Amino acid sequence: MKTVITCKGNNQKAHFDLRFGRAGWFCLIDDESGDPTFIENDQVEVTGGAGVKTAEKMVELGVQKVISGHFGPKAKDLLDKFNIQMVMIDDDDQSISKIIARLNK
Amino acid sequence: MPFKIAVASGKGGTGKTTIAINLFHNISKEVTPKIQLIDCDVEEPNDILFFPDAKLNSAQPATQSIPTIDNSKCTYCRKCVEWCEFNAIVVIPPVGFAEINSSLCHSCGACIVACEYGAISEKPEEIGTIKQYSIDPHGIISEGRLKIGSAMQTLLIKQVKQQALDDVDFIIFDAPPGTSCPVVETVADADYIILVTEPTPFGLYDLKLTVELVRDIGKPLGVIINKAGLGDHKVHDYLSEEHIEILGEIPYRREYAAQYAKGDIFEKIPGEIKAQYKSIIQKLLVRSTSYEGDNHFKW
Repeated sequence: MKTVITCKGNNQKAHFDLRFGRAGWFCLIDDESGDPTFIENDQVEVTGGAGVKTAEKMVELGVQKVISGHFGPKAKDLLDKFNIQMVMIDDDDQSISKIIARLNK
Repeated sequence: MPFKIAVASGKGGTGKTTIAINLFHNISKEVTPKIQLIDCDVEEPNDILFFPDAKLNSAQPATQSIPTIDNSKCTYCRKCVEWCEFNAIVVIPPVGFAEINSSLCHSCGACIVACEYGAISEKPEEIGTIKQYSIDPHGIISEGRLKIGSAMQTLLIKQVKQQALDDVDFIIFDAPPGTSCPVVETVADADYIILVTEPTPFGLYDLKLTVELVRDIGKPLGVIINKAGLGDHKVHDYLSEEHIEILGEIPYRREYAAQYAKGDIFEKIPGEIKAQYKSIIQKLLVRSTSYEGDNHFKW
């Protein structure tokens, strides 16, 4: 299964990012291949539609679960359509490695 | 041709509506019955509230053309996605998904031009209503009312402005607050712009932004200081430094504000406020006649 966690940097020490469409980076975890990879978000600076575009990216990546702080209505609609599970965490003080550890428990 | 005045302000609540309807009321009574007020504050068109006897002449829906994608013709080439400036199109080739999000679409039509397979066509979608009223004894008020949930203010304002009449002497545009696209659209056709401000730090901050905007568009402007007597002198200092004309100052009166809240804005107007409007209108008349050159009005 593929999971994405929104984060502020490109390594496991980076903090969790509460924003979905305008998150700095995406941490992609593939259960089969193991190591997490980091993908930079190219929608950070767009004037509108960042959430939709990011949701589109999640579908393209074949992600089944997204962990972020908040999902806007347009992004939520699209993720719902493709049965992608949305998990919300409201604490951006934790590092990505901590969230990954929690996922693996 | 009418002389077109736009009433704008950066900050909300400075008194755009108050000034616009008072100018409309006083000009129609004392200068010319041929006047039209166009309420371009389409998110809350309040001008008509002060004219409870207004007679509705016409009401028509305003629409936006929303493109839709025909999945049977779409090849998922994503050319339309690349052309869309507003990120409104989602095409996901591996899953055969193609959809246009109407709340992000600005109806520019680029995707229709982009599509080489004729898979995109447009359908009208309602964004609001445009109404026109007759006011007793004189004057016309037109307004646009945005449908709740629509974000197409600027497009609606563009359509409301088409209600402008040719056979009137004055048109007053009541602008929405702020300095963004809807305001630019409202003031774009005006011959003269009145900026309404209040003598407070908030009023001054937003006034500066709006002055910059109006100067950028290259329109003549004058300022009315509403709620004069409140706050400080910094608005006056700024205006004199920038050599901007003060058309008038409407003093702050609590009782008058209470009357406004009840809708009785044309009743028991304090003498000093009446005098201010009279002098403001005189200045506007000078502006309008000098603007029209020899073709001055026949009232």
